[in-house]
Parts: sequence; structure tokens; C-alpha cells
Amino acid sequence: MEHYNMNLNLKVWRQKNSKTNGEFKMYRVENISSEMSFLEMFDVLNEQLIAAGDEPIAFDHDCREGICGMCSMYINGKPHGPWQANTTCQLHMRAFKDGDTIVVEPWRANAFPVIKDLVVDRSAFDRIIQAGGYVSVNTGNAVDGNAIPINKDNADAAFAAAMCIGCGACVAACKNSSAMLFLSAKVSHLALLPQGEPERHSRVLNMVAQMDKEGFGACTNTGACEATCPKEISISNIARLNQEYLSASLVAEK
Amino acid sequence: MSFTGVFLILFLIVHVGINACIFANDGGQMFNTAAHFMGANIVPRILEVGLFAGFILHIIQGYMLTVKNKSARKVSYAIDYGNKGSKWYSRSMALLGTLVLLFLILHLSNFWIPNRSSQGFSLGGEIDLYEKMKETFSGHDIITILTILVYVLGCAALGYHLAHGFQSAFKTLGVHNKRYQVMLTNIGYGFAVIVSLAFAMMPISFHFGLLN
Amino acid sequence: MLDAKIPSGNLDNKWTDYKGHCKLVNPANKRKLEVIVVGTGLAGASAAASLGELGYKVKVFCFQDSPRRAHSIAAQGGINAAKNYQNDGDSVFRLFYDTIKGGDYRAREANVHRLAEVSVNIIDQCVAQGVPFAREYGGLLSNRSFGGTQVQRTFYAAGQTGQQLLIGAYQALERQVALGNVTQYARHEMLEIVMVDGKARGIIARNLVSGQLERHFGHAVLLCSGGYGNVFYLSTNAMGSNVTAAWKAHKQGAYFANPCFTQIHPTCIPVSGDHQSKLTLMSESLRNDGRIWVPKKQGDNRKPNEIPEEERDYYLERRYPAFGNLVPRDVASRAAKERCDAGYGVGSSKQAVYLDYAAAIERYGRTEITKQGRDLASVSKEEIIALGKDVVKEKYGNLFDMYEKITGENPYEVPMRIYPAVHYTMGGLWVDYELMTTVKGLYALGEANFSDHGANRLGASALMQGLADGYFVIPYTIGNYLADEIYNKPISTEHEAFAAAEKAVADRLKTLINIKGNTSVETFHKRLGKIIWDKCGMARNEEGLKQAIADVQQLKKEFWSDVKIPGAIDEFNPELDKAGRVADFIELGELMCKDALNRNESCGGHFREESQTEDGEALRHDDQYMYVAAWEYAGDSNWNLHKEELKYEVIKPSQRNYK
Repeated sequence: MEHYNMNLNLKVWRQKNSKTNGEFKMYRVENISSEMSFLEMFDVLNEQLIAAGDEPIAFDHDCREGICGMCSMYINGKPHGPWQANTTCQLHMRAFKDGDTIVVEPWRANAFPVIKDLVVDRSAFDRIIQAGGYVSVNTGNAVDGNAIPINKDNADAAFAAAMCIGCGACVAACKNSSAMLFLSAKVSHLALLPQGEPERHSRVLNMVAQMDKEGFGACTNTGACEATCPKEISISNIARLNQEYLSASLVAEK
Repeated sequence: MSFTGVFLILFLIVHVGINACIFANDGGQMFNTAAHFMGANIVPRILEVGLFAGFILHIIQGYMLTVKNKSARKVSYAIDYGNKGSKWYSRSMALLGTLVLLFLILHLSNFWIPNRSSQGFSLGGEIDLYEKMKETFSGHDIITILTILVYVLGCAALGYHLAHGFQSAFKTLGVHNKRYQVMLTNIGYGFAVIVSLAFAMMPISFHFGLLN
Repeated sequence: MLDAKIPSGNLDNKWTDYKGHCKLVNPANKRKLEVIVVGTGLAGASAAASLGELGYKVKVFCFQDSPRRAHSIAAQGGINAAKNYQNDGDSVFRLFYDTIKGGDYRAREANVHRLAEVSVNIIDQCVAQGVPFAREYGGLLSNRSFGGTQVQRTFYAAGQTGQQLLIGAYQALERQVALGNVTQYARHEMLEIVMVDGKARGIIARNLVSGQLERHFGHAVLLCSGGYGNVFYLSTNAMGSNVTAAWKAHKQGAYFANPCFTQIHPTCIPVSGDHQSKLTLMSESLRNDGRIWVPKKQGDNRKPNEIPEEERDYYLERRYPAFGNLVPRDVASRAAKERCDAGYGVGSSKQAVYLDYAAAIERYGRTEITKQGRDLASVSKEEIIALGKDVVKEKYGNLFDMYEKITGENPYEVPMRIYPAVHYTMGGLWVDYELMTTVKGLYALGEANFSDHGANRLGASALMQGLADGYFVIPYTIGNYLADEIYNKPISTEHEAFAAAEKAVADRLKTLINIKGNTSVETFHKRLGKIIWDKCGMARNEEGLKQAIADVQQLKKEFWSDVKIPGAIDEFNPELDKAGRVADFIELGELMCKDALNRNESCGGHFREESQTEDGEALRHDDQYMYVAAWEYAGDSNWNLHKEELKYEVIKPSQRNYK
């Protein structure tokens, strides 16, 4: 792979805090190596801003290896940028060429209010999990790990759903700002395992109720979430969630 | 949305089935018999009330959902995700639905209202619907041309609405098995194409005199 | 000498006896006792959830936006447990023995044995929580083998074991939050321990969104804040991983143990340039099939595929014929460094070696042909290679994809370039058998404590230790302390100790932001990293360490007079957060070098050039250094050394040999 350097124009959303209105600002970065990650390019820009006496751009990031789910930029009209099955921190600058203008926005959804610049508040996801995204088993209550055999296909499907990193790209991509892919990943993960069985009905009803309360939109099955998910969580999880929800609603006592 | 959607899909099957009788090319005999059954029998007439309720529910739900979903993002993006993540018609269900609704209003005023009003909205005694269709679509005046245009566009909107709506309804109803999902998606595309083409062919056939 | 309060009696029975005799707190009293947990990784989340379940009032803090982001999530390989599901001779004793030996005989026997005992409960607990471990077709749990052991005892969930275990613990935690037993404070950073009458009684935390300081009371404080690998600037740790919580505790009297024991992982993607912000690990499992080599000629600039077989030096196979490419992490890392330092490194930086899959691809391809019942002679080489690539893709596909994403090179075609990187820190706050630091009421769990791994950690043991501490150790040991605390009512946060602690934090923040110098925090951090990596990295010597101590002291002076922090205190200000962390790293860096200087032996991850065998292998000095070095903070750049003698009652230490 040949490496090259590039000069770029960046149009970045700046917003002081949740109470003020934001606006786009233009920046220029030069001699960016194609080997850099997108966030390292932002590091360069921030060092440049600090040197010039300006405030650096706030953005969320932590592991920088695509697993913690903290990074969250909407780059040129797509959450996590142009690559498929990828997070912003793993996007590398060879995805761009000299002279490009890159537009960077925060996740936009009422349920994800902007905290500063590109940083948003995703605590709604924690509250959705609190509503039922767990198995109620206290420490020490467990039976032997091999006491209940689990069909390998189900275990694999549960794992595929459990790979969700909770980044919120699905919400950011969805025209309805719906959190259904996130929610369905958790409901599917636990519905596919025998350990999740006892709380199956209350879990899905409570989690959906919490999602609505948080102000996410409803799912209309456009598939944008699946197309943007860095872990390629399948939209068929949403259908499974719907099935769980319908059957739980039918048997609900109240 | 999905329940009413599937209900309306069932209605479309009946509707397109009966209307396709005109292609029997028997001067509308078969078609009128079927239409008479629908108008003169108490059962379809009771179902008709349900049909209206279904339509109204579907429309109200649809608009409410659209408003709710639109308001979930107060500040919109400078650059839209667009077709990179989803098909345009899947994101345009409200618009397509509105087009279908506009067409539906014209369509009802062309056929259903004159027909039912001639019966005084009771059972039996309806007009010759085949002749009515012929009359509506055969002329070469500007009104007829415009009417046909609206019908064809309405059918196209319906086709795209169904292309997404058909499979989406089943997903919402919880069909998560991938094999069935693929099957239903393909059936949905087929259904959308057949239904919209069959309906669109009706005014076109009359207009160009393809039927006796 | 430090007393670790190890229960007397037979090693096998120590933990059982302890549990049978420790003090208990009755349920009604638990509701009146408050516990603060700092950090939400495997140790923190599991501790907070378990204590919440028991009925304690728990407050849990993390600097990330959600507890689920903690860096435990990035662990790839797996978690060890002495289940012996494979019937291959595993047992609690063997896991205990492997861990002690892997740690090069610098860990505490009683703790490690307890760890091995509870390892089996961890798997059960995680399965019950719905952690989707890999399974066999029969529906039972699957195991894989890992470095440093001869049995298959590693449980895993593809290459994302850490993620799945953390999500399990996180869900248990969120359940307690929903039940009201735990209050969660995300985007909060602990900046001080509040001491009342010689006991830890609370913390000062900064709300990172508003910048406001908050006072929180607790009858006990648990630090589960992870390791300090970011002292090297470049490491496989997350960007936010820091030593601040542990360091504040250290300055309040908690001893810091074995800070020089740091683990350098041999298979990471090499640095590509000065812009690099972090390093990415490639699972150790790659060494199972890959062959590591460098050119035989110094400064060879040919492309790897143009270098003929006879001009390649498979240096691990040459030096360690018995273990070959599968020598332990510390040995593999040092060997790579030796080759690169001698001028045989590859890539543009010359700080890398090749990890080559060509031979494995061909071998797998041939096996496939044989499996298909075809004659090898009739098959073209291209077909063999194509089939081999499919097999490799199935086994290592996600790792190869990751490599390609980062480097833009296709590892199926060209050998991967790898280089060692800082990965884990065995050192940490000194704790006794009950995980209590030298400050009463202050505990350290997981990677934050000096831990059970001695001088070197075996693969798949970090997850085990974090969860052991949180799920199965602290719920017992904390009761032994809190049972006597029921007489103490919660202390008001208006207490003068809280006011004084908050003022100290506020003053420090003001001092930092008012320096208004010319150099960014990042620049200081990079400079610190370079000093530590060069002089206290994979190989250390007296002269270098002395120089490093002087350099770090100089850097500290410059930092406190020239750092430039934009923005204000009372707002969301990541630069200010980072400045506080780097300031603490600088102080820790000095202590690390001091500790490394003090320990004039080579053991595990700590290699002193003065202490090696004739052929360059690590040489331990059990007669002089069979102790834990626990450092007491005694004011600016000043520490007192305390020793905890390591007594091996069951295992006989021997010199490791991998030839």
C-alpha cells in the first residue's frame, strides 16, 4: 500500500454546550498521512487549535480499537464514516484524498442531546438496559456452566446479537431516530438463551416502554441501521423483537 | 400499521381480482357479476364498513407515526444519509401513502360514490360499472387524459408503497426467520409489481381500446 | 515487613476457613452501609453489582459515558477456569501452579490459590447471566488452549471475550441501578480520597460535563480503576485509561507495589508514525500458526516476498528450538527488540518483525486436499494456497481484517509486521489477602491492585482475576471490615475533611489551568512515554534508569510551569481531564524507574541487562528479591520502600527455561 499525504478542509459542528445553538466551522489540516486514523487526524487538528489559542474540538473516544462503542461521529452523511462495518476510530485516512472537504456532525436525535461539539449524551441506552436488559441472577446463584446445554446455532445467534457495542450509530442513521436495532440486539441475545426465558415477557415490554419514554422514534424497517452498524447486527433481530413484543402483549395480565 | 396494512393487502387481492375480470374481454359480463355480488350481498357490504375503518386507521396511524418519527430529531443533518443506507421508497412511505390517498379520493368519487349513491347506499341496484369505467377512461379530452395520468401515478405510488410495506408489515408482525424473510420480501416485490401493473393497465386498456 | 494477613493453615483450606470465620453484616445493617466503587470494568462492575445484591448502598463512578465502555471490553482471547471439562488433567492446583510459574515466582501463593479456586464459579456465574460463550455442537462449553499451559482451560466468546464478560457484569450492575441499590455516576472522575480518622471515608469526584466538584461519602471505597500502561503514552490501553484514582490513593497512604512489573505484549501492530495515538493488539493466538522472522542482512530494504527462504532468520525457532514461536510473552518481546536494535528490523520504521502465514497457509491447503481425498501431486500450488487461505480466514479472519483496516495491507498476501507494545501492568496498589490497601477502608481490585500475576501475567488470566475479585472475593472480605463500621453513622459531606479535600482538588485544578504555558498536554505525555519506553521498557539498566529519573523530574518541572490547557474549569474540558492524568503519570513514571532500579534482577516482564545469563536470558535472584516492593509516598519525589516477603510453602521456585 502506497502511503501519501493530503491537505483537507474540515467542516465541523461546534456547540459550546447543550443550552446554546451550534454552528459549522471550517478548518484546514495539512500533511495528513494516509496511515493516520480519523481520530488521529482530529488529534492533529486539536493540537493545531490549542497552539493557536482556540478551544479544541470535543469528541468521544476511548479504546480506539473499535470495541468500546464510545466514538461517535457522523462523517460525510454516514455514522462512523464511509467504510462498512467500521467505527470512527478504525476509519483510516486512506479513505480520503488530497483536497477533500469532510463534514463532521454529532449523532443527531432528541434522545441523544449534544453535550459539547461532537459529544452526545447516550445515557438513554443505559436506562433501556436498566428496564430489563439482564438476567436476574444474583452472584453465587448459578448452576454449573454445563448444566444446561444450549443449541450451538442459538448460542451463535445470541452471540451475534450480543456483539452490539452500544455506540448509537443505528439511531444516528435512522430517519426516525429509532433505537430498535439496539434494543432488539439485547432482547434477541437474551431471548435466544434458556437463561433469559423466565423474564422473557416482562423484559421486552419494559424495555420497549422505556425506549418510547426516552423519545426515540418508531421503526419503519428501512434498514439504514443495519447498513451502518459497525458490528453488522442483523435487522432480523428487530423482527424477533416484534415477535417477542406481540406474544408478550398477548399474554400480559395488565 | 402492520395489521391494517396486511388487512388492506388482503383487500387489494380481492379488488385486483375482481377488476381483473374486465380482462376476460367479455364486454364486462364477468366483471359486473362480481361487482354486483360485492354490492348486493350483505356480507361484503358489512366488510366494506370494516374496510373503510381499516383505511382510516391506516391513514391516521401513518400520519401520527410520521409526526412522531419526524419530531424525534429536531436538528437535522447537514448531509443526509440518503440512499447509502436504505431505499428511497422505504423512507418515503408517508409521501407515497399521501399520493395513494389523493388518488383514492379521485377514485372513490369516480366509481364508488356514484355507484353507492345510485343505490341510496342500500343493497342492490348498482350502476353498470364496466360501462362507467369505459366512459371514464375512453375519452381523449384533457380531463380524461389527466384522470388516467393520476391513475397511473397512483398505481405507481401504490407499487412502491407495497414494495416496502408488504415485507415491512411481516417484519413488524415478528417474522424473523431469515428464510421466510427473504421469501416474503420477494413475494412483496412480486405482489407490488403485479398489483400496480394490473390496476394501471385498466385505464390504459380502456383508453387505447384494448378491450372490446 | 508488611503483613498480608494471610490466614494460617493448609493452602487448600485457607479461603474456605477464611469464609467460615470472617465477620458478617446482617441484612438490616447492610442497608445502612455505603460503599463507593470507582471504575466499572470487570472488577468494578462485578463488585458494585454483587455488593448491591447483598443490600449495601453502592455508588459507582466511571469517567466514560457509560459503565459498559470500560477497557476490560477490549480483551480478546478468553478467560481461564479450572473446570477440567476437557478431562485433560486440569485442576485448581494446576491453574494455581501455572499462574505462579508464569508470574516468575513473584506472586503470593495464598491469593493465587484462591483465584484458581473461584475461577470455576466465575464461568457458572457468567453463563447464568447469559454470556454467550463459544459452544460445541453438543451444546456444551468449548475451550481453547493458551500460552504457558498444557491444558485447554480457556473459555471464550470468539475474539470478544472481554466484551461479553463486561456486558454481563454491566447488565448485572444496571439491574441493581434499576432496583435502587446502586447509584451510577457516569462521566465522573475521582480526584481525591477523603480521609477521616485514618480511614477512607469518601471521595471527591468531578462531574466531567459540568466541571463541578462533588463530595461523596462511603463507609468503604473500592478502587477498580485498572492499570497504568498509558504511562508509556503508546500502549494497547484505551485513551482514557489512567492511574489517577490509584495515585490519589497512593498519596493518601496506600502503598504502590511492584510498579516496574509491566507486560509488553509481543504481537501488536507497529507504530506507523509520530501521529500514532495508541497501539492495537493482535491476539496471542496468531503465534500458534505464524512464523516470526527478520532478514539475515541488516537494513535489507527488499519487499518481504522478494527475500528468499535461505536469507530469512526465524530467530525464535533458532534461539528456542523447544518452544519456537510459542515462547512466553516476555521472551518473545525481548527477542524482537534484540533483532530490531541490532539493525535487522523491517518496515519503514525498522521497528518491526514479520509474522508470516505463508507456511501455515500452504500447510492447511495441503491438509484440505488430503481431506478431500485427492492426490497432492495433481493439484496446482495456486489451488493449495487458495484452500489454505480459506482455513486461515475461518480461524483468524477477524484479526486479519483488523490488520488490513489499520495498515491497508493484505496479510493473506504479505507477511504482517508486528512489534511488542505495552499491554498490562502487573504492579499496582499493594493489598492484603482481603484486598485492602494500607489505608483502612480503601480496597483495590482487578488490574488496579498489584495483583496475583507476579512479574508476568499469563494470557486469559486478567479477566479471571478482575471477576474473581469483584464477584467472589470482595463480597466476603468487605464484610469483615464493615461489620465493625455499623456503629459509625454516615459522615456528613459538610465535615471539614470533605471541605479540605475538595479545596485541595479545586486548588490543584486552578493551578493547572492558570499555568497558561506554551506546551500542550499531549506533548508532555509523548515525552514522558518516550523516556519510560526507552529507559524503563523492555530492557532496563542502572545508568538508563538513573537518567530516566532525572529526565522525568525535569519533565515534571516543565509540566508545572509550561503546560497549556485551553478552556475553563467549570465546563466540559477533556484537555483539563487529560492534564490531571498526565501529571499523575509523570509522578508514577519516576516511581517506576525507582522500583526498576531497586530490583537488580530480571524476572518476568522486568529485564535488567545487568542480570542475564551468558546467552542473554533473564536471570532471577531469589536470594535477594523474593519480595514485593511496596512504596510509601513520602512527599515530592520521595518514597520509602517496604517489603512483603514471599514465602513459597507449596511450590519450589525454579529458573524458567524455554530452550
